[in-house]
Amino acid sequence: MTAASLAARRRALDAVAPWARRNAWTLGLVGFLCLLLVYTKLIQASYDSSGIQGLAIGVLPLALAAVAQAVVVMSGGIDLSIGSMMAFTSVVAATMMKGQSQEFGVAVVLLVLVLGIVLGAVNGALVVLTKVPDIVVTLAMSFVWAGCALLVRAAPGGAASEWLRNLVLGSFINEWIPKSAIVLVVIVAVIWVPVARSKMGLSLYAIGSNKLAAFRSGIPVGRTKLFAYALTGLYSALAGLSLTASTGIGTPVPGPYTLMSVAAVVLGGVSLAGGRGGLFGPIVAVVVLQMIRTDMTFLSIDSNYAYVAQGLILVGVVMVGSFALMRRSRA
Amino acid sequence: MTVTTDLLLEATGVSKIYGAVVALKSASLAVRPGEVHALVGANGAGKSTLVKILTGVVHPDAGRIVVRGKERTVHSPAEARRGGLISVYQEPSLIPDLDIRANLRLTETPREPFRHWLGELGLADLDLSSLARRLPLATLRIIDLARALAIEPDVLMLDEMTAALPANLTERVLEVLGSLRGGDRSVIFISHRLIEIAAVCDRATVLREGETVGVVDVTAGSEEKIVELMLGQNVEALSARTADQAVTGSRARATTPRVSARSLSSGTRLQDASFDLYPGEVLGVVALEGQGQDELFDILAGSERPRSGELLVDGKPANFHHPADAIRAGLVFVAADRAEALLMQRSIRENIALPFSTRLRRWGLIDLGEEREKVDGAVATLQIDARAGGEVRRLSGGNQQKVTIARWVAGGVRTMLCFDPTRGIDIRTKTQIYRLLRDMAEAGAAILLYTSELKEVQLVCDRAIVIFGGRVVGEISAAEGDEPTLLRAAYNLRSEAAVPEGVAAMLASTSAGADASTPTGPGRSEVRQ
Repeated sequence: MTAASLAARRRALDAVAPWARRNAWTLGLVGFLCLLLVYTKLIQASYDSSGIQGLAIGVLPLALAAVAQAVVVMSGGIDLSIGSMMAFTSVVAATMMKGQSQEFGVAVVLLVLVLGIVLGAVNGALVVLTKVPDIVVTLAMSFVWAGCALLVRAAPGGAASEWLRNLVLGSFINEWIPKSAIVLVVIVAVIWVPVARSKMGLSLYAIGSNKLAAFRSGIPVGRTKLFAYALTGLYSALAGLSLTASTGIGTPVPGPYTLMSVAAVVLGGVSLAGGRGGLFGPIVAVVVLQMIRTDMTFLSIDSNYAYVAQGLILVGVVMVGSFALMRRSRA
Repeated sequence: MTVTTDLLLEATGVSKIYGAVVALKSASLAVRPGEVHALVGANGAGKSTLVKILTGVVHPDAGRIVVRGKERTVHSPAEARRGGLISVYQEPSLIPDLDIRANLRLTETPREPFRHWLGELGLADLDLSSLARRLPLATLRIIDLARALAIEPDVLMLDEMTAALPANLTERVLEVLGSLRGGDRSVIFISHRLIEIAAVCDRATVLREGETVGVVDVTAGSEEKIVELMLGQNVEALSARTADQAVTGSRARATTPRVSARSLSSGTRLQDASFDLYPGEVLGVVALEGQGQDELFDILAGSERPRSGELLVDGKPANFHHPADAIRAGLVFVAADRAEALLMQRSIRENIALPFSTRLRRWGLIDLGEEREKVDGAVATLQIDARAGGEVRRLSGGNQQKVTIARWVAGGVRTMLCFDPTRGIDIRTKTQIYRLLRDMAEAGAAILLYTSELKEVQLVCDRAIVIFGGRVVGEISAAEGDEPTLLRAAYNLRSEAAVPEGVAAMLASTSAGADASTPTGPGRSEVRQ
């Protein structure tokens, strides 16, 4: 290889490579999702805009749970109480809204969001103050929040305000644009984007990446961690509200959301070691996981097999991904 | 091509490319049996990559490696080990939560030879049942070396072996390496310290920008030649400031000290340290390993609180609860260990912006335009090679260290605390850092510089304080601070006698002694109150 061609190659790589390399994982995931959509259309010719709408509604709670998990994982923690917080906030919302006016419903939503922040802040405060590992604290708190949910309402029930239901059901402008997708984008944009652009976002990534370096750079590590957990609580409350909105009731038993959110975060390219990743990846990962389930249904595969398949795909994809990473860092 | 059999190890045309970064273009290395062979080059020249390739940690894109006449493809460190190639890395490879004995079992190291080499290296009475994490870095590196020697490898590769070692241990290591000369086995010795290379090496292979640019027989006066090859240009004088430093020194004394330490103590190591740091000066700190300098810097940087004593900043008492307090008071810290200072997976921009963006009182969005301006300014000032800027871990060591300094330069420096900032860094980067420290001092900043390389005192400092047994025991002006003087002062010796052989043993007994506080040292001036 001549020096000139080497230099030219280097210049070309300089322009595109850094961006592509940083986003390779998410790009691959989006590509995989496109393949899945094509495949779905092939095996089920009737899959159209209503299918997309169903997909979006089904995805919304899990997507918000994944966002909640991603925030805390990026800061170097993990929250195993997301599912319980969702159940708690969901039953509180459904119980308070039942038989009340639309305006009162708005107040309930605000109250539930504050409740989410408080729940998350309690998790965070315990982690920071006791110095017990995140995984232990949040696992323990998941039982507490789940118990609280059952205290509020022992069986599924309650109701959602009409406007809240209309917020996520149906489509907007065009039948191909589901309302719940817009809601998701708005929620992420309104809360996360300003945070990521502020000093809090930088601090959050910093404590996830290298706690000692962050400390020595003058960053209040404990306070930042508390903030991350509170933000996770807020997103969990939003996920709980979306459950109430899409089902019309509140369910006190936590769904599979906690572990699914961890799965989506891993699949979405967020490093469990902290400090790396974004929110777009996990959201795409959630859609991919949901699409796989849908396809299994179309192929009339036993739903129990669907779980097995989902798990295998998760392990497989993550293995391939980390293998590629290893190759790259060693190569 | 026939393979010449009188070479123990021969590598030719080795290359390695990481994405956009060419780590090795075309490196070659030929090692004869029985020689200590130096591998030198500026940081980023590819020394570490070449060693990693030889030990199977990294796979080369091209090139061939011949060991004892047989061509080898080394797939893993374990395989390299079986083939007689062993490397001692800059980071000790001991499991922190196991004791030394368990660590030895783990690597199936024969106990007796290990003991023997440990004795040769000056650590005969090491307690093998102590946990690795409780031992100081220098000891761990010696254990690592003894462990490698015990296996009797054909080729032993030492990557910056002496970088974190105090002078007495360095001496022992060099003696041991010298004793290996002329045998059947070889040593590849990577170091930035040319004096050490001159002392123990037979030949030196010089790498520059991923290529072997020359092989030099090490004789008296070959140092110039090596440096010339390394730099690829005429050697610039490291310092052109000796003439005006007296002026700087006297000017510094005219004002109130920026930082005054009064009887600071912490833990078991820092006993009673007092000194003044003035604006416009670079104050050197000279100390052997573990004399309390780590604790002193931690206190000044706000990471730790003193057990007793007082700290004054600009004449007013300061009480730091958090590094943020120290930073607000203008005291910023540059660590030797870059892994402790950087967000390795984040970008250069974020790493530099970290302290000053997060120090803002307001909670709004970060002003990206202003931030970029400051970051670009700092990158330019420090001449950081930002090509691989997406993730800091992809930068070379020298560039990483520049990033840790740049983050403070970007916000404006009043007082900088540098803890061995040039450890394991090439000459060119070192020179840049020296110049930067001088420039900052000229501009009115106060700089405290602990260095394990004594010659840096004369190159950058106006004066130096000596810490021994947790106390400031002396002060030496730069003009008087040549290496022998500083070394004697660091050992707290009063006489003009040379550092004795068994000084390590003597140290152990005197460091606990009470008379360590008596101020001594030839160039000591009065401590101002």
